[in-house]
Amino acid sequence: MILRGKAHKFGDNINTDYIISGKYKFKTLDMNELAKHVMEDIDPHFYEKIKPGDFIVAGRNFGCGSSREQAPRALSAAGIRGVLAQSFARIFFRNAINCGLAALECDTSLIEDGDELEIDLLTGKVVDHSQGIEIKTQPLPPVMVDILQEGGLIEYFKKYGSFQGVRR
Amino acid sequence: MGKTMAEKIFENKTGFPVKAGDLVIARVDRAMGQDGTTPLAIRSFEEMKGERVFDPEKIILILDHNAPSPLESVSRLHDLMRDFSRKFGVQLMEVGEGVCHELMVSRGFVVPGDLVVGADSHTCTYGAIGAFSTGVGSTELAVVMLSGELWFKVPETIRLNLKGKLPAGVFSKDIILYLAGKLGADGATYQALEFHGPVIENLEVEERFTISNMAVEVGAKAGLMIPDEKAIKWVRERTNREFQPVFPDSDAQYSQVIDVDCSSLSPQVALPHQVDNVVPIEEIGEVPIQEAFLGTCTNGRLVDIEVAARILEGRKVHPEVRLIVAPASREIFLEAIKRGWVETIVLAGGVFVPPGCGPCVGTHQGVPGDGWNVISTANRNFKGRMGNAQSFIYLASPATVAASALEGKITDPRKYLR
Repeated sequence: MILRGKAHKFGDNINTDYIISGKYKFKTLDMNELAKHVMEDIDPHFYEKIKPGDFIVAGRNFGCGSSREQAPRALSAAGIRGVLAQSFARIFFRNAINCGLAALECDTSLIEDGDELEIDLLTGKVVDHSQGIEIKTQPLPPVMVDILQEGGLIEYFKKYGSFQGVRR
Repeated sequence: MGKTMAEKIFENKTGFPVKAGDLVIARVDRAMGQDGTTPLAIRSFEEMKGERVFDPEKIILILDHNAPSPLESVSRLHDLMRDFSRKFGVQLMEVGEGVCHELMVSRGFVVPGDLVVGADSHTCTYGAIGAFSTGVGSTELAVVMLSGELWFKVPETIRLNLKGKLPAGVFSKDIILYLAGKLGADGATYQALEFHGPVIENLEVEERFTISNMAVEVGAKAGLMIPDEKAIKWVRERTNREFQPVFPDSDAQYSQVIDVDCSSLSPQVALPHQVDNVVPIEEIGEVPIQEAFLGTCTNGRLVDIEVAARILEGRKVHPEVRLIVAPASREIFLEAIKRGWVETIVLAGGVFVPPGCGPCVGTHQGVPGDGWNVISTANRNFKGRMGNAQSFIYLASPATVAASALEGKITDPRKYLR
């Protein structure tokens, strides 16, 4: 599966409160409504900058803090197709994959804001066309590849009904 | 080769020998959801065509984050949880019962050796009584409610030996803030923490929860402590459930062993907007405050209200400061009333809000104004966390919060505790 889109660059320790603030997420299950407020506290007009298929590119510890699954879901609803980061906080990492949002660990230091990226989810290869570089990502554990390929944990569980057949 | 507490708990729950790095499917002993995460879990449960839950006794739903409801839309989400609870016979803790992480332990739902998941990142709190407990997302909670199982990667463990004797006026909150500063916000990502040493042994169980609670602030999956006699007695007073405490082997393999001498530790403060941005109080300088908040799953317990009452007794909160107090549970609130601490705090100028999360998550009851500095006993000081991105949150112990409320600026509490 090949994904193409533009990079939106953020720094280290982007927490899930920044991704979607508590004051919005407690009110509704409508992800399209929450999408309008993604990253609002650190980039007030971020939602307007997103083109469907774009990527977030970040530093260390992306998605730290609250366990809110609304964070990856609101990013997806806002058009973000994947997140590339130096590292992820573990609950966000699991939530992202469970919601079908690609989350890839790699060296993001050379990617600039606005760069055109191409990501091969199967091989984990990232190409930054603007910089003319290729970046290797950490492979996902097989269980996460399976969940991502089914389109998320809901679809995975509807198909298999348990984790018993999971690849380890 | 010896095993860590995390490895041994996963071994018990899977029935197979496991080691750090293994991917396992394990049955959980308890699953918890709160009102910020459960509505989405119920939605996922319905999408998966869930018709029954794996065991209604083992699922606990709690209305605490946005309770009592400030909005009709929130009331609808609360009703969604109430309907789910009635339909599937799942326990639900109503508005005003208290904060989920306090209720899970004080009502005896969790025992040493348990594997617990909660759709809230501070589920790691129960590590203080020797349970492996960790935060999950809403859909994972839905899957657990359906099947009773989840996949886990058995984590490596960082061992922290807390040595020496904690000085007067310095509390468990200061220890974990200091450690957050030392380890950094991602210092333990994908790993578990094990806290050891005389400093932990000497803490009351209530005080230990503060430390395990903030394990996630350094990225940890769990914050485990030895279930010693004190912890076992504490648990037995709250439940008749049988349990087998789990202890680490003396030759367990740790990814890191860190020794910390706590004998000369000062009160610590986390500066905006990151929990690991920590300084000792001597370096804080002149920071005026407009709001002081005492409460949360970190520091809303009886010992926390007690120390604040001691400091506030016979004094008045600074006229420029709003002091807000949210007891962590109904029982704590009642006991604080009986002991006269609520009266002391109210007479000093404090405002009590219902047992629950209070203003910590920025949805109601104490949203700060533009440019305000807030000193809080909570666990997070992210920009906008309390509902206004134009305010600044400082984290400290209940004693520091109370002393600061009196003086209208961030204040070393030790002069009030002699």
